[in-house]
Amino acid sequence: MTLALFLDLFMHFCMLSLLAVGGALAIVPEMHRYLVTDLQLLTETTFSQSVTLAQIAPGPNILLVAVMGWNIGLQAAGGFEAGWTAMGMGVLMATSLLIAAVLPSSLLSYFTVKWLQLHQHARSVRAFRSGMLPLVMGLMLSAGWLLQTASNPTMDWRLLLICALSMLLVLKTRVHLLWLMLGGAVLGAVLGL
Amino acid sequence: MSFESLAVSKAPRSRTDLFVSFTWLGLQGFGGVLAVVQREIVDRKQWMTLSEFAEEWALAQTLPGPNVVNLSVMFGGKHFGPTGALAAMAGLLLFPGLLMLAIVLSFQAFAHVPMVASALHGMGVAAAGMVMAAGWRFGPSLLQHPIGRPLAVALTVVSFVLAALMHWPLVKVIGLVGLVSFGLTWWRLQAKDST
Repeated sequence: MTLALFLDLFMHFCMLSLLAVGGALAIVPEMHRYLVTDLQLLTETTFSQSVTLAQIAPGPNILLVAVMGWNIGLQAAGGFEAGWTAMGMGVLMATSLLIAAVLPSSLLSYFTVKWLQLHQHARSVRAFRSGMLPLVMGLMLSAGWLLQTASNPTMDWRLLLICALSMLLVLKTRVHLLWLMLGGAVLGAVLGL
Repeated sequence: MSFESLAVSKAPRSRTDLFVSFTWLGLQGFGGVLAVVQREIVDRKQWMTLSEFAEEWALAQTLPGPNVVNLSVMFGGKHFGPTGALAAMAGLLLFPGLLMLAIVLSFQAFAHVPMVASALHGMGVAAAGMVMAAGWRFGPSLLQHPIGRPLAVALTVVSFVLAALMHWPLVKVIGLVGLVSFGLTWWRLQAKDST
């Protein structure tokens, strides 16, 4: 890992931060092009594994950038065989790329909100806020659907049923979400889905 | 639950309260944190009403960057300024990030076991159901939208079809549906303000 490459990665993720309209999952195709196809820092398998893990593990989806950083650092320093040096490199890359991916967009959000608070009674601001509701609802339903398809590409009806059941339980009960995840894991494992 | 009953929102007590609450949020959020944010911040903590949450979330989603991180920065900054924003964001990323690292490490050891793969599929679709439920809960607000019920529902359906079924790039979906919806809402509000 040269300093030039490090800076290139850091700046690229700063740029991705400002391009991620709609959230972390929106920049996945661009990260694939950059890290796998162009720079060949990650293999196909490592890349898709990172995305899946980040979706299934708890935490915001943007942590997938940290997982990519970890893998990049680890491989650049010679893999697990290289021991603690490689692990340290992995942690360093994970932290740096995560900071690059959240800093620019966070600054933008912070100052936009301050500005909007001053102008909250302006008609355009009110129209923007309530006007976005149909879009937000549609995009959230879409995100759920795309997640479903990612875990269930063959449209197995039993997995569809688990998905529907989970949705219904969230809407109709106050059961803790961890129990739903555990239920999904047990059903999946027992039925061999 | 009706959101009228939650019409008044409370405030976080301190930056530590923010950090701890967002850490807890991050640690139990599967398939992204969105479904948990709604349940914890609106239902349990009552830091926002459902309609306030819909507005903040709309903004967090429309601005570039990870949505939930944007929301934490906006929310923390509103109550405690820059350090509040930092506390909320750090809570969301620090311990969940360490946990993620532990999961990645242990995953490599068990990835080849078929039962683990099956369990992951089951968890994946359960998480998907939670995200859909979070979206569905905007239904009551949608039905009272200033542009009227039929148009609001139609715009929601159109954005779902474009994003989920036709795989349009997100920038285009936001550009098209967002602009139309904003224009219609602005026009309705203008008519209402002038009467």
